Amino acid sequence: MAEIEKYTSLVGQSIIDDLKLLGERLKGKIIQHINSTPVGGGVAEILNRMVPLLRELEVDTRWDVIKGGEQFFGVTKKFHNALHGRTEEITQRDLEIFMEASQQNIESVDTYGDIVFIHDPQPIAMVKKKAANKWLWRCHIDVSNPNVKVWGFLMDFIVQYDSAVFSAPAFSRKLPIRQFLIPPSIDPLSDKNKELPQETIDSVLRKYGIKKDKPIITQISRFDRLKDPVGVIEAYLQVKKYINCQLILAGGTAEDDPEGFKVLGEVKEKAKNDPDIHILLLPQNDIEVNALQRASDIIVQKSIKEGFGLTVAEALWKAKPVVASNVGGIPLQIKHKYSGLLCHSVQGASFAIKQLLSSPGYAKKLGENGREHIKNNFLITRHIRDYMLLFLSLYHPEDVVHLC
Amino acid sequence: MPELTRAKEPFRFCTRLHLSELTGLRATTLGQLLALIKEVPGSCIYHHTHRFLQQHQFLSPEPPNDFAFWVTDILGEDELGERLVSIDTIQYSTIRDLREKIASTIESYLDDNPLAKLKFARLGEEFHFIKSISFILPTNYVAYDLKEFMEVLKKITIDSIYFHIFEARLRLEKPTNDFSFWIENSLEDKELASNLSSLDPYTSTLDDLRKKIIRIVERRIS
Repeated sequence: MAEIEKYTSLVGQSIIDDLKLLGERLKGKIIQHINSTPVGGGVAEILNRMVPLLRELEVDTRWDVIKGGEQFFGVTKKFHNALHGRTEEITQRDLEIFMEASQQNIESVDTYGDIVFIHDPQPIAMVKKKAANKWLWRCHIDVSNPNVKVWGFLMDFIVQYDSAVFSAPAFSRKLPIRQFLIPPSIDPLSDKNKELPQETIDSVLRKYGIKKDKPIITQISRFDRLKDPVGVIEAYLQVKKYINCQLILAGGTAEDDPEGFKVLGEVKEKAKNDPDIHILLLPQNDIEVNALQRASDIIVQKSIKEGFGLTVAEALWKAKPVVASNVGGIPLQIKHKYSGLLCHSVQGASFAIKQLLSSPGYAKKLGENGREHIKNNFLITRHIRDYMLLFLSLYHPEDVVHLC
Repeated sequence: MPELTRAKEPFRFCTRLHLSELTGLRATTLGQLLALIKEVPGSCIYHHTHRFLQQHQFLSPEPPNDFAFWVTDILGEDELGERLVSIDTIQYSTIRDLREKIASTIESYLDDNPLAKLKFARLGEEFHFIKSISFILPTNYVAYDLKEFMEVLKKITIDSIYFHIFEARLRLEKPTNDFSFWIENSLEDKELASNLSSLDPYTSTLDDLRKKIIRIVERRIS
C-alpha cells in the first residue's frame, strides 16, 4: 500500500483524492527544498516525511542541504535569537561570515528547481541565484518582534523572492511580495505520533528509571533558552509544594544549534537536588519521545518565543492536556480552556498544572477537544495540500483560481 | 418510489480549496478596524466572514465572523459583538453589500458609544487581515438524477459542499446556490430547489448541512 493511502483511515478518502487532483496540476514541475540541516528540529522533521509523500502524489520533489561551518551556524543562531526579539550583538564580522558561507553555497548548490523553496534564514541568500524560476521563502520562526538590524539585513533578500510563507498571522508585516499563512503540521503515522503498545511505553519508562507512582509532567523540547526549561523546573517546584509529582525534560539538539549543550548544563544545575526531575537527552529517538508523551499526565510547552510549537500538536494528537505559553503559533493550536490552558508566566503555568492535576475529568475533556482540533487543522495532509496550493499560486496571481 | 427525472445537463461537482494570504495589515482599535474593513480587498471580508465554516467543523454554533469574535473577546465590546454576530449573512448577495453592512454596524455603534474608540488590543492580540485565495477544481463526480446526486453528496468532501453552497452564491455572485440552480433548471423541480435555497447554511456545521440536504433530497425521491 502506498504511504499516502495509509492516511485514508484517519482523514477520509476524499481528502486523499483532493491531494491527487492537486498533484496532477503540478506534473512536470520540479520542487526543490533547501534548508540547513538534514536532521534535528521541526523543519527537517517535516521535510523527511513530506518529500516522499509529495513524490507519491507525482510531484517531483527534491531536497538539498546547504553547508556551513561552526562560525556560520554560530551567526545564524544569533540571527535566530535576534529575530525572536532577544538582545544579541550582531557585528559587521557576523554579517561577513554569513555572506562568505552563503557565497560558497551559492557557488556549490545547483538551484535546478522550477520552484526553489528556501527554508528559514540560513540559506536565504541563495536567492541571489534567482533566474526565470520561482522562489519561495518559508519563515518557520516567530518574527513578530524581530531585531531591526537582522530583519533589515534579511529584507534585502526577502524582497527578491516571489512569495514568503509564515506560520502565524502575527508574523506578517507589510511586504512588497505576496505572503501566505501556512501553519506546519504533525504526521500522525510517524514514529513520534503513531499509536504505541503499552509495553513499549512501559519499557521506555523502565529504561530511564521513571516509575509511574506519581503524576508525570513533561516538556519535550530542544535545550534552548527560548523553550525556558529552567522556567518549567520553577513551575514544577511550585506545584510540588502541593501535589507530589515528577518532571521529565526531554529533548535532543540540532546540528545547527551550537548553544544546546550549554543550556543543558544550566538545566542540570537547576535540577541537581531533586530526584524527581528526569533530564533526558534523546538524540533523534522518536519512539521514545512518543512513549514519554503518552506516559505523561500533563504536557507543558513553556516557550518564551515559538515559531509554531509542534510539540503542542503532538501532545494534543495524543489527547493529552497541555499547558503552554500564549506565544507564536501556540494559540492557533490551543483555544484557552477549550483545548488546553494558555499561560504567560511561571506562576500561571504552575497554577494551570495544579488545576489539571486536581481535575482529571476537565483535563481529559481538554485533551479530547485538542485531538479533534489537530485532526481538522494540523495534520500533514492539510500541510501538503497548502503547499501544493502555494506552488500553484505562483502561476496564478488572482484571488479566485479556476483550475477547470 | 416515483420515477426519477433525468437532468438536461448533469451536475458536475467541483471542490474549492483555499489558501490564506497575509496582508500585513492589522488593527489595534475599533477605529482602525473600521477603516481597514472599508479598504481591504473583498477577499479579506470573505475570509473573515467564512473562515469558521471550514476550520471549526466540530464546533457549533461558532461566531460567524472574526470581527465579532475580536471585538467581543479582545476589546470586550460585547454589545457590538452581538450586533456583528447577528448580521444575517445569507441576506447579502455580494461581498460589497456584506462589507457595507459590517462597516455601518460598527459606525453606528461608535456613534452611540464614543468611548469604545479608546479601547485597544494588547500587543499580540491585534486583528490581522487575511485574504482568502480560492482554487476551484472539478472532481470526478457527476450526477444525472437526484439519486445519483444524493449518493455523491454522501461521499464528497465538505469543501465541495462549501463551494456549491457558499462560494458560488456570495463570491461568484450567482443568484442562488449551485444545487438549487441545477435542480430548478435541469430537473425543473422548483419546489425542491426552493426548499434547499431557503436553508440557512450559516447556522450549521458543514457536516450537519450535508445531512440536512441529503434528508431533504431523500424525502423528495422516496
